Amino acid sequence: MKFPKKRQESEKLSAWEQIRRSKQSYLLIAPFMILFFFLTVIPMVASVGLSFTSFNMMQKPILVGWENYQRMLLDDPVFFKVLKNTLLFAFLTGPISYLLSFVFAWLINETGRTLRTILTLIFYMPVLAGNIYFVWSFLLSGDEYGIINAFLIRLTLISEPIGFLTDQNYMLMALMVVQLWLSLGTGFLAFVAGFQGMDVTLAEAGAIDGIRNRWQELRYITLPGMSHQLRFSAVMQISSSFGVGAVIISLVGYPTSQYSADTLVTYIMDVGTTRFEMGYACTIAVFLFALMIATNSLISAILKRYSTE
Amino acid sequence: MKLKTGKRKVNRTAAGNVAVFLFLLLFGVFFLLPIVYAIATAFKPLNEIFIFPPRLIVKHPTTQNFLKLSQVLRDYFVPFSRYFFNSLFITVLGTVGHIILAGMAAYPMAKHRFYGQKMLNRLIVTALLFSSSVTYISQYIVLSATQMIDTYLAVILPALQTTLGLYLMMNFMKGLPDAMLEAARIDGAGEFYIFWHIVMPNVKPAWLTLMIFQVQALWNSSGGGFLYSEELKTLPSVLATIAAGGNVRAGVTAAASLVMMLPPIFLFVLLQSRVIETMSTSGMKD
Repeated sequence: MKFPKKRQESEKLSAWEQIRRSKQSYLLIAPFMILFFFLTVIPMVASVGLSFTSFNMMQKPILVGWENYQRMLLDDPVFFKVLKNTLLFAFLTGPISYLLSFVFAWLINETGRTLRTILTLIFYMPVLAGNIYFVWSFLLSGDEYGIINAFLIRLTLISEPIGFLTDQNYMLMALMVVQLWLSLGTGFLAFVAGFQGMDVTLAEAGAIDGIRNRWQELRYITLPGMSHQLRFSAVMQISSSFGVGAVIISLVGYPTSQYSADTLVTYIMDVGTTRFEMGYACTIAVFLFALMIATNSLISAILKRYSTE
Repeated sequence: MKLKTGKRKVNRTAAGNVAVFLFLLLFGVFFLLPIVYAIATAFKPLNEIFIFPPRLIVKHPTTQNFLKLSQVLRDYFVPFSRYFFNSLFITVLGTVGHIILAGMAAYPMAKHRFYGQKMLNRLIVTALLFSSSVTYISQYIVLSATQMIDTYLAVILPALQTTLGLYLMMNFMKGLPDAMLEAARIDGAGEFYIFWHIVMPNVKPAWLTLMIFQVQALWNSSGGGFLYSEELKTLPSVLATIAAGGNVRAGVTAAASLVMMLPPIFLFVLLQSRVIETMSTSGMKD
């Protein structure tokens, strides 16, 4: 079989002939793409459709127009509560974690080979260790057996133990710390790789051109060379910080009392799989989807402007 | 001015190096402390768990928690080996399957030119932009409509089509020299043969990276709400029931999670340089 590689050659052929010639390409991508359509593309499109219906999985969906959207925006105080929590996670822990990923990767790269390997492991370990975040329920325990409470009492900063995971005033803050702790994931690894892949001779050339310290080197040499990594990590960061859910469920419960620490993700699960209001759950999912896409476009526009300057 | 090439970096001051070191030390402790605490607790005898004020480090280490763990597990009405098998089965199938399917799809996406490629490429990048929690409900509907809820497939199939793996694989394959593939074609090799015998052996860092990501996700998966039957449940759901025992079970819980976290950590330690090599091609161009 001859493979249509050059553009000029393939453009002369009819569309059908092109498809026929690429048979092997289609066969190779088919298994993955079938699953991808079946479990991501179709569900996403179906969500949009179902968001205009009332659907409980038992009976056929009934078309209700914009009713679900009206309910979400006008009659559902819980929605705004969990939206606020989601935005707090997304716009507080998200950027902090992004910044920490970058700074850690940068500083790790300043150390030697062995230390670099060990430090990368340490910062990535919480993600790697999976379910280990349960240990925070002991660290943050609301009685004087909780390590953090005991420590604060000994320092006489507080006299009574604080219910970090039960008191509504502290819950979110405690969860944010835990979320930060386990947020140095794929984006962080991409940064580590980006710094290691930097051409050393560029920095040397920069030194000749008058760059005097590591700040200037970062600003004028490293950052412009990292723009693709910055974008990739931002994408990873956005999808993880809008998707906080499992940590909340295992540390403070599901759903949390009066939804005080729930996010859109856990609320969707609650509405859908506990109350079986699938139509309404899809409405909230569509909203979350739009929110993530919008944030992504915003961030990528900012990064593009910054890196081309 | 003479520049040293190689290890020494230019533009560095001793004071700056000390500051960097201290900063990393401080945060390193914050990141490591909870894990150290978990490890210490796993080796604490009961009287040290209930000591006041609580102590971070163990004084008289014991293996009694691990023994108690095996006792607790023996009392389960579904044998422990079953949970272990479930986790192992889901992890192995989900990982091997994902590497093969993502590799197969990534090769034409990176190296061929065909109708609809641009559209697929855009879909894949778009799918990276939102977390799977968005499709959770509709995925549940699709899986239950096809009667796959509460089967192994409900966990394995969604894991097979993770777009991050495909994306990383694609980017890595773009770096393969075209001449190598062309030479094989001239020798009469088909595309499947080229994929399996030439492309895959040359992108080993990429699929080892995918392996780590998948093992870490699936080994720690409690079924994501898609598994109900006790005999299908996985190790993390056992861990959750043990942890629900509260402070009395703290030592046993720590012992169990220590055992659970070893495989992914071990893999990462072994393969870190391959992961970094793969991630260096992860950059997003537009």
